[in-house]
Amino acid sequence: METTTVNSNFKSEEYFINMGPQHPATHGVLRLILTIDGEIIKKVDPDLGYIHRSIEKMCERDSYQQIVHLTDRMDYLSSHINNEAVCLTVENALELEVPDRVKVIRTIIGELTRIASHCLWWGVSGMDVGALTTYFYGFRDREMINDIFEETCGARLTMNYNIPGGLMYDIHPNFIKRTKEFVAHFKTKIPEYDRLLTGNVIFQKRMKGVGILTKEDAISFGASGPVGRGSGFSCDVRKHHPYSALDKVTFNEALKTEGDSLARYEVRIQEMWESLSIIEQLIDNIPEGEYKVATKAVIKLPKGEYYQKVEAARGELGVYIISTGTKNPYRLKFRSPGFSNLSLLNHIAVGGKIGDLVATMATLDIVVPDIDR
Amino acid sequence: MTDKINTMYIALSITKNIHDWLFSVMPEGAASIVEMVLIALVYLAVFAVAGLYLVLLERKVAAWFQLRIGPNRVGFWGLLQTMADALKLVSKELTGTVKADKFLYNLAPYFVIVSSLMALAVFPFTKEFQAFDINIGIFFLIAISSIGVIGILLGGWASNNKFALIGAMRSGVQTISYELSVGLSLLTMILITGSLQLSEIVEVQKSGWLIVQGHIPAIIAFMIYMIAGTAETNRAPFDMVEAESELGAGFHTEYSGMKFAYFFLAEFINMFIIAAIATTIFFGAWLSPFGITESIPWLGVFWFLGKTLVLVFLMMWFRWTFPRLRIDQLLTLEWKYLLPINLINIVIMAIIVWLKLTIQF
Amino acid sequence: MDLMKDYKTEVMTNEALQDLIGSWFPNPELDNVSKVEETTETEESSEETVKPSAPINPSLLEFSEEASQFLNISVKPEQLHSLMTQLKNNNDTQFDYLYCLSGVDWGEELGVVYHLESTTHRHRIVIKVNTIDRENPTLDTVSNIWQTANFHEREVYDFFGIKFNNHPHLKRLFLTDEWDGFPLRKDYVDEINMVIK
Repeated sequence: METTTVNSNFKSEEYFINMGPQHPATHGVLRLILTIDGEIIKKVDPDLGYIHRSIEKMCERDSYQQIVHLTDRMDYLSSHINNEAVCLTVENALELEVPDRVKVIRTIIGELTRIASHCLWWGVSGMDVGALTTYFYGFRDREMINDIFEETCGARLTMNYNIPGGLMYDIHPNFIKRTKEFVAHFKTKIPEYDRLLTGNVIFQKRMKGVGILTKEDAISFGASGPVGRGSGFSCDVRKHHPYSALDKVTFNEALKTEGDSLARYEVRIQEMWESLSIIEQLIDNIPEGEYKVATKAVIKLPKGEYYQKVEAARGELGVYIISTGTKNPYRLKFRSPGFSNLSLLNHIAVGGKIGDLVATMATLDIVVPDIDR
Repeated sequence: MTDKINTMYIALSITKNIHDWLFSVMPEGAASIVEMVLIALVYLAVFAVAGLYLVLLERKVAAWFQLRIGPNRVGFWGLLQTMADALKLVSKELTGTVKADKFLYNLAPYFVIVSSLMALAVFPFTKEFQAFDINIGIFFLIAISSIGVIGILLGGWASNNKFALIGAMRSGVQTISYELSVGLSLLTMILITGSLQLSEIVEVQKSGWLIVQGHIPAIIAFMIYMIAGTAETNRAPFDMVEAESELGAGFHTEYSGMKFAYFFLAEFINMFIIAAIATTIFFGAWLSPFGITESIPWLGVFWFLGKTLVLVFLMMWFRWTFPRLRIDQLLTLEWKYLLPINLINIVIMAIIVWLKLTIQF
Repeated sequence: MDLMKDYKTEVMTNEALQDLIGSWFPNPELDNVSKVEETTETEESSEETVKPSAPINPSLLEFSEEASQFLNISVKPEQLHSLMTQLKNNNDTQFDYLYCLSGVDWGEELGVVYHLESTTHRHRIVIKVNTIDRENPTLDTVSNIWQTANFHEREVYDFFGIKFNNHPHLKRLFLTDEWDGFPLRKDYVDEINMVIK
């Protein structure tokens, strides 16, 4: 790209700035090429591919059980939900009915994952706008969830607890007790988060009216998850196409109409409350039964095309498998939420200032491995 | 000549002995120069130590807010931590960009350091412990703190780096705007004292600290002063200049090693200076509340430092709690809110002084 | 409040969708069927009417529901853009949410699969378009209909080489600009990076 030669003060010329791959505010290795005039942004051009690992090509050579393990490296903050997506696709294709116990446990762990992801998001988003202490508070609560996962699933981040047909092992005896403790503890913490950040005048001025996304644009850009819901687009997959045990629980979909960063922020806070309520409804009523259904060692999906949507912490994750009857998929495509959410960055950041760009990116909540796959 | 020098340099009795000894050993001119050099060295040492321990204090306070411990390995309770950091910085490679303007690039840190040092010289630490008691004390302080901006602008420009330049421009705008508020809020208190000389100001406060004497307008002036003072030193919530999450490191991106250490230490010393000015003007410098330790003059140092450290803690508290303001919100705050309030406050204070409504003890 | 939607939907059944969408692209061959029934050959009808007793597709589009959860429509590249525009704008279908755009290498043909959903009626549909040209495949862009297609089509170009006409900024997305080849094609060979079992 050319730079215009300047022989007078530079304020009236446009210039390029690189918010490069290593940067504290771009969550992951994302490079943004900004064209700026003074402080006003004229164009945002994301440059992706720094963490592209060709997961889709690898899936064409791996078996279905192996593919499940690749999915948690995509959006590593909602890894359990990613695993669940592939397992559900395979189970629906094989027309396999998993026991209720499995469905309920999958939902509970999925909601815990969502809360953990939102805790991290909250901490990091406070840090992006300058309140450096929120990072530690968010991680303190996330640690409790990670400890629960470590006991049951064996890992803190990439859980690999799902297999096509059920779960890898049964839940740990302490799981129910610790989850209940966590729910009781976290209910006192979300008001603390509100006092620290949401109600703060400086924070509201940074977020209100910044990065406005209208509902028509949200649908056109394919924004899903809290980004879409902050603009009034009702897109919660848990409501429209329920899966696992989600049709048995009652919860509200968090919707706001303003479409600015504060609305997206509040949607996520509301989602944390709703997730807590879902966990409470399910945690005492886990049905007894088997924790998995036996499948063949080599899974072959019948010839056809299968699509499954789930609600990951960032939005709607879709798994599209084209199978020709062999033991590897012919084509597997992941519709990742971050990919569509990032595409609207240019649309909503233009005309704002650099500080607004950072605040907007904090509320878009993208995880770059999810985009790059 | 000797008389004039004696009235300008006031010192405690220990130092008076050194003063007398010097003058008895060498001719007058040389003795006064040696005395000046000695005092300068003492202040340099104070500056270095104070800077180092303020950094450690900041880290410990930050850790306390963030539910962790902070440095505690190097030396008991982490007391030698900043010494280790300083040694590391001194031994670092001085990287510089090829196209940077060499002379200005090297000159920039010195502006910041020198202005901080000069400001440190006028504070009344206790009754007779003040290096430089001129009759325009407050005015001198405000003028000196404005010189630091030049260092920041030079550093940003000479680095030949877009991020540094943006940071420097933001800082220049910010500092120039908030100097107004600092000056005007200090002026509000000068209306009560009637003198710019710092030792006179402390004398006036013997009948009650100025913040008590001035009641309502003094409290408003204090709040405005704290906000503007935090903005002067480029600290959060006004640290757009070096906003780590946005632009790398702002104007000191291209500096490393000792030069970076200068900028870094100067920021902490500036924070100390702002707090010290507030202590002097609003809270009675080295005077104890209700005069309880009036008879032991050297305790005044501890009162002074104690009050200053409380205000420093307040500034650190701001940093670790609040998000940061965007640059245009920052400027709106100053020009549309703080400045009008300040002007009205001065008028109110003038009326109160004229009608003799100040609270005296 | 308008926001708390009633989650019951007025979904159109697949047959209704098929009839409606098919009617937009009537097969011109249909008019010739009645003439073909009397004669064994005419000069107007094309190769499709070799067996006059075979049923003629009433539409130029091909509908299928086998081996898939949704109604699949196969469309020719020339009619792609007008079909998509009508699918979005028509009040009964109103497919305003393009939620997945995938490129597929079918072996001989290269194709794109579009998954559409309507946010008001909540029915879903799948559109497939193929092109036999592997050297220089081109299709029309739908990014002027759904803006999400902007990035998705760049990805398809990056991995399959399919160019999209009228795309505002068709450039490789993930791989570097100098990359040689299109990795997700079935005939892609890369000695260094690919690990084949």
